[in-house]
Amino acid sequence: MAERIRLSATSDRPYRFLLRGTALFFGAVIVLFVWSVVHTAWPAIQTFGIHLITGKTWVPGTGPYGALPLIIDTLLTTAIALVIAVPVGLASALALLFLIPQRLRSASSTLIELLAAVPSVVYGLWGLWFLIPWLNKTLDPFLAGITGGRWPFNGAQEGFSVLLAGIVLSIMILPTIVAISRDVISVVPKDLIEGGLSLGATRSQVLTHVVLPSARTGILGAIALGAGRALGETIAVAMVIGSNPQIPHSLFSTGATLASTIATEFGEASGNTGSALAALALMLMIITASVNAGARVLTNRAQGHV
Amino acid sequence: MTDTLNFLPPDPILERREKIQRRAAKTLRRRTIASRAFLVMLVGAFVLALVPLGSVIFALIEKGVSSITWNFLRTLPHQPSLIAQNDIGGIGNAIEGTLVLDGLAGLVAIPIALLIGLYLAETLSRSADFLRRVIEIMTGLPSILLGVFAYEYVVVPMKTFSGLAGIVALSVLMVPFIAKASELAFRGVPSSLREAGLALGARPSRVARGIIFPAALPGVITGVLLSLARAMGETAPILLVIGASGTWGWNPLHQMSSLPLLTYNYSGSQYPSERAAAWGVALTLVVMVMVLSVGSRLVAARMRRERP
Repeated sequence: MAERIRLSATSDRPYRFLLRGTALFFGAVIVLFVWSVVHTAWPAIQTFGIHLITGKTWVPGTGPYGALPLIIDTLLTTAIALVIAVPVGLASALALLFLIPQRLRSASSTLIELLAAVPSVVYGLWGLWFLIPWLNKTLDPFLAGITGGRWPFNGAQEGFSVLLAGIVLSIMILPTIVAISRDVISVVPKDLIEGGLSLGATRSQVLTHVVLPSARTGILGAIALGAGRALGETIAVAMVIGSNPQIPHSLFSTGATLASTIATEFGEASGNTGSALAALALMLMIITASVNAGARVLTNRAQGHV
Repeated sequence: MTDTLNFLPPDPILERREKIQRRAAKTLRRRTIASRAFLVMLVGAFVLALVPLGSVIFALIEKGVSSITWNFLRTLPHQPSLIAQNDIGGIGNAIEGTLVLDGLAGLVAIPIALLIGLYLAETLSRSADFLRRVIEIMTGLPSILLGVFAYEYVVVPMKTFSGLAGIVALSVLMVPFIAKASELAFRGVPSSLREAGLALGARPSRVARGIIFPAALPGVITGVLLSLARAMGETAPILLVIGASGTWGWNPLHQMSSLPLLTYNYSGSQYPSERAAAWGVALTLVVMVMVLSVGSRLVAARMRRERP
């Protein structure tokens, strides 16, 4: 009897070997992937050192290669995207969970998911041909009007701008924020909600004072995941931001992000430029990997996994 | 004796309760209105969130449908010239390229990803946990980084842009998504089924093949189709590595054309005819992506219905 069990266990060795082997193989691919970026960036890091991060001018082809404007534009567009997408996304998640009638609920979720299925190049095209005229005619003059043309809404209104990139990004990260925050809000215990209602709180008070605070860890995670997406989005941003690496003087300035610069300049790059672009890729990898790792810790904690 | 109640000192708790009740009654109306307004705002935000989707779909149809003809879908592109600025030909080879890239990348990624999903679902170990974390982080990394990877390891050694480099980038992009989705599907199989198989004397490999995999199939298919849809629309990684092509050819060792890349290139073209055609290319791409992602739901829903 014992003999048989041992026999079947040993003869299943190929199966376990196959599973472990595949996992190991893909682990090796990931290592190679990280190594390819580090390896290509290394000459630039050795030559330019810290100036790669702190340098204020970026001129492809000849140098200098200072990524500070790109980093600032990346953070700025992401911040604009979050300012728009977080309130709208949280409100949509609450509406989906508590307000939309049961029979419309799955159709509504599907619509939000369709928003995520649209390829980013299509959002870029849409931003180029629909949002730019709208910005030029309506939004930019309006924003400049209410601030009297002062910062941050000063300067020429060309349409192509960090503001436009932020708006396009906000639409692209909305499905992420809605889907994840819906998941983490849906695990808020029913007792808490009913407790709030029985104490006489109105429905909106329960949402703002009970539901949102108890889902706060997971919501932070959802926001961080959205931020991670916005930081790394490439093509749509490259199409609408104006590809002009400068430190923005207003939200109407053109700009260039880390990812969009890699996309637009990689084709003509050689030597130092290629290596400097790989250094941008490395910065992008470090930033997005840490944001995503943090986000996962938060959302997993919120959903009770270890 | 009956009067004693009147001589009792006023009860502070009762008084406070009455005061609160009076105030609550007074503010009830205001609170109800404020609450209603807030709830209406939430639904309004949800509707606002759907406006861009509507606008994108409207734009695709309004500007894209007119360029789509039978010839547009099956002929080769044609460089516009000064005398024939409107003759841009078709996108046949870009459709072919998109299907070849996505299909071959899927062929590479699916078996690897399913085995990793099985490994993650079946193994309890530190290394499995670590791999799971790394794969989760991979799903959030910008896809353009995979373009840099494929450039370094395929384009540089081959000394030419190629469809193969695109396939490498897209398959590494797909593996984490499919692995994650299939791990969830495999974990969703009731452990009673698994244990029943083992108790009948089946080896773990037989249980995986005969019980876990069939039971998890709807979830696996959904994950696979969604990842194929996502990879099909990716522009950034292939922009760096597949080059461009104006001819037919499914051989991935050569340069290739593809719909997302063509949309990107046409959108910035100097020719108005190409800029207009960008919408037709984008519409074709969106239809193909939507067929996959809507199809994934239908397949999964049908399979769940058929097998209770």
